[in-house]
Amino acid sequence: MSCPWQEKLERYVDAELPESETAELDAHLRACPACAADALGRLQLKRMTQAAGRRYTPSPEFRLKIDQMVAKHARPARRWGWISGLSTAAAALAMVLVVIGLAGRHLRREQTLAELADLHVATLASPNPVDVVSTDRHTVKPWFAGKLPFTFNLPELENSPFKLAGGRVTYFHQTPGAHLLFDVSKHQISVFIFEDRPETRGMTAGSATASKMAFTIETWAEGGLRYYVVGDASAADIHALSELLRQGAKS
Amino acid sequence: MTEANSHGCSFEALAMPLFASLYNFAHWLTQNREEAEDLVQETYVKALKGFGSFQPGTNFRAWMFRILRNTFLTSRTGLKARPAVSLDDEENERAMPATAENPESLLLAHASQEHVQAALEQLPVTFREVVVLCDIEEMSYQEIADTLAIPIGTVMSRLSRGRKAMRAFLQTKVYGAAK
Repeated sequence: MSCPWQEKLERYVDAELPESETAELDAHLRACPACAADALGRLQLKRMTQAAGRRYTPSPEFRLKIDQMVAKHARPARRWGWISGLSTAAAALAMVLVVIGLAGRHLRREQTLAELADLHVATLASPNPVDVVSTDRHTVKPWFAGKLPFTFNLPELENSPFKLAGGRVTYFHQTPGAHLLFDVSKHQISVFIFEDRPETRGMTAGSATASKMAFTIETWAEGGLRYYVVGDASAADIHALSELLRQGAKS
Repeated sequence: MTEANSHGCSFEALAMPLFASLYNFAHWLTQNREEAEDLVQETYVKALKGFGSFQPGTNFRAWMFRILRNTFLTSRTGLKARPAVSLDDEENERAMPATAENPESLLLAHASQEHVQAALEQLPVTFREVVVLCDIEEMSYQEIADTLAIPIGTVMSRLSRGRKAMRAFLQTKVYGAAK
């Protein structure tokens, strides 16, 4: 029962063996059922631990607290602290780098908006654009409970031209988020809500509106969440729905 | 306060993507939400202060996890969790084969996610932290050794012993204590 390879199985499943030994052990496992069963068991335990171990997610409130703490300590220092100490030449170089950085940020922002416009179109083209079909915000919001690592508020739409059509869970850049559909005078508007992440945070300070392939997109961050409102409705309608969502988020 | 280190990387850009992982690790260490939040917050405060001295090019993730783990060790829960017995003999156990009373694939086919969580929870923190860093955070042995400031041999022996204890626990849960 004591095969000389057995003591290497732990490192094998952790991908810590040198390549040459891994290849040898691969060959050995095809010939030795005892080691193969042992390796399989270890691999299964590793996979199960991995799945079971991603268990605890921070609350949105706590994330916001740390985000704000880091931003408060970090940003003023970045803007002014070190620039003041630089020589004129270095400051000029820094300006060039900032411009390059902004151009990169602009490009990333353009990509993000284009991808969200694509997501909106792809959803509308689907035979089942939403997974929870309801005009009632008290049905749609609870449906997301347990499906997303955050929660959000939906506005009262009774005296507005907008009607909630439903929602679904969506993924954007490997992050889960809420995708809600609203109707307004034969147009459909998508609202995407994600956790606000560092890479999107610099994209727009406060809120911004952009046009992409004739779609109007409005985005802003609030309470640790980032909202995108995307549609081919008029810019005024997109803005009006955005305002309602902002108010709803505060209620 | 220094926010950008000598390579100009922003603390925020490096540290915030680790937030969820650090929180999960903190919760596995403390087994308590409030303590995990305190631990993560203290980690970020310390890391912000010490970021100026962080060496660019070295492993930032290991650096953040090390701050968190050292902070945990000096906390009340961490002090209680320190092993009362010496772990000096751990090097000798490294080569021990896994026990296999039942084929493991069969055992695991009957084990639920809750069983595996409970198996991880019941491990002493010295073993739990190594298993979490290896299997959940997918750190290499070297990264774990850097994070915990222990030799690689110790990482391997603790992993081996931790997993063995998990298997034994699952054995009793799945097949009953009599087996």
